[in-house]
Amino acid sequence: MSSLTHPVTTGTRGRGGPSSPRPRRLGRTIGRSAPLIPSMVLVAVFLLGPVISSFYGSFTDMSLTGSAAAGAKFVGFDNYVQLFQNPDFLQSVWLTVLFLVGSAIIGQNVLGMGLAMLMRHGHAVVRAVVGTLVVTAWILPEIVAAFAAYAFFHDKGTLNELLALVGIHGPNWLYALPMIAVILANVWRGTAFSMLVYSAALTDVPDDVTESAEIDGAGGVKRLIYITLPMIRRSISTNLMLTTLQTLSVFTLIYVMTAGGPGTKSSTLPILAYQEAFKFSQLGLGTAIATILLVIGAIFSIVYIRALKPEVD
Amino acid sequence: MARTIGLTSPSGRALRGVSNTVLVLIGLCFALPLAWLLLASFDPTATLTLKWPSGFTLDNFTSVLTPDLAWLPLWNSVLLSGGCAIITVIVAVLAAYPLSRYRLRINKPYLYGILFGTCLPITAMMVPVYSLFVSLNLIDSLWGTIFFMAASSLPMAIWMMKNFMDSVPIVLEEAAWADGASMMTTLTRVVVPLMRPGIAVVFIFVFVQAWGNFFVPFVLLLSPDKLPAAVSIFAFFGQYGAVAYGKLAAYSLIYSVPVLALYVFTSRVLGGGSALAGAVKG
Repeated sequence: MSSLTHPVTTGTRGRGGPSSPRPRRLGRTIGRSAPLIPSMVLVAVFLLGPVISSFYGSFTDMSLTGSAAAGAKFVGFDNYVQLFQNPDFLQSVWLTVLFLVGSAIIGQNVLGMGLAMLMRHGHAVVRAVVGTLVVTAWILPEIVAAFAAYAFFHDKGTLNELLALVGIHGPNWLYALPMIAVILANVWRGTAFSMLVYSAALTDVPDDVTESAEIDGAGGVKRLIYITLPMIRRSISTNLMLTTLQTLSVFTLIYVMTAGGPGTKSSTLPILAYQEAFKFSQLGLGTAIATILLVIGAIFSIVYIRALKPEVD
Repeated sequence: MARTIGLTSPSGRALRGVSNTVLVLIGLCFALPLAWLLLASFDPTATLTLKWPSGFTLDNFTSVLTPDLAWLPLWNSVLLSGGCAIITVIVAVLAAYPLSRYRLRINKPYLYGILFGTCLPITAMMVPVYSLFVSLNLIDSLWGTIFFMAASSLPMAIWMMKNFMDSVPIVLEEAAWADGASMMTTLTRVVVPLMRPGIAVVFIFVFVQAWGNFFVPFVLLLSPDKLPAAVSIFAFFGQYGAVAYGKLAAYSLIYSVPVLALYVFTSRVLGGGSALAGAVKG
């Protein structure tokens, strides 16, 4: 990660003096910004376009089939009013929050931090093997990870087999406790990211600080709370933000494991948006959910960008 | 190192012992689902449970590796991910140059826009993107899908590329500039050769993301002969997933190998494993 956090090398700027006459300068500015154009066109058409049409579309009654498919009418806030009266939607909001808090904020962050700290004291071989396993779960294509998790949590899967070994008759995780299954699966899949971020952050904590605290008699827990965590708080906040954003857009894992079911018992917002739009042909409703997700994402992004502000300036 | 103290004291040794034990236990939990993939793929009688194969067979692999089932979808994945990565890298190199080298008024808002773009939840966008593709008549178009995937990976690619370019010294460029080389000549002849490893990291990063992307082609592509492996493997899971576990595991492994190989290559050869891993700032 360090290779990406270089500050801009001083002296790389300022080709050409500041004293050139005005018209030449304008032409030069245009010439110099020309290479930005292809990226702007691509982003405008394929990212900005859908975002804007999403905002607009959420105020219409468009659908994929039927009479409304031909000409979508403007319906104002109808979709949103309908959404907030829809028990499925309210449940989905709650499930999304549960998924975010359980798998990203608590699961991945705490486990990632724990792993990063244990790694510092672990044996080199243990460190390498465990690190590889954790990272493998994360670099595997999402759909493969989802299959592996599906098999693990299936009624006849590995987990229940293990529980049977100690005499416990495990539940049918994917049906009886779908949220627990997908939360644990997402922790399994995503912890590597937090582990890598926190490992990098912990190596940046100077040893003499923790050592002098140890000499002053601060125990392990005290050193963690008063020295280490405050020193890496910037990494913690950015990591929380990023894992939240990543988890907010998890679709494949849940879709493969439970398809949002049984019923809508594990439909987080991305799944519900998909179901409403493509399964029930309620494109307007699906778009309204997508819009709400985009707004939530945007709020997190703005907080994140404010934290990164010094990098841009 | 922190363990200079730890090694000498008894409490330090105990700490190491506890750490190792806990690490091994966590590692075991992480290993179980992965081990199932590996063992089931060689097992002629694979089930959903992790078990030692009842025999060793490559039948699962050979029966999956038919043109229709695996080769065509894998080739489609190569087209989709390769096309997406090539377009993204070219556009990102172009965009990174003025951002890294000139002090333009547009740079700051542009970079903020890019950062904002890296955070967009792409899954949330798929419903409106579908509507857009319907109105542009791009549904089931490989090129449309490639361009959308390129656009959605651009923000991160430009951000990475600019950071790599910032660390290329400007001295050589100044020499080229003094010899009267144009901006494009300087970029292609001087800067790009100097930052080859950085470009490779960005290329692989985008390629791997596109290779693993299931949702975008799942929504935007329809014809079976255009579907990439991510989607065809899901179709296989839907059709035979409840019976042919060994084949499903074998197919999953074949499909994962390029990603794992590229990751190892990037971290060992290019030394950019953490860059690929994080790509984002910690």
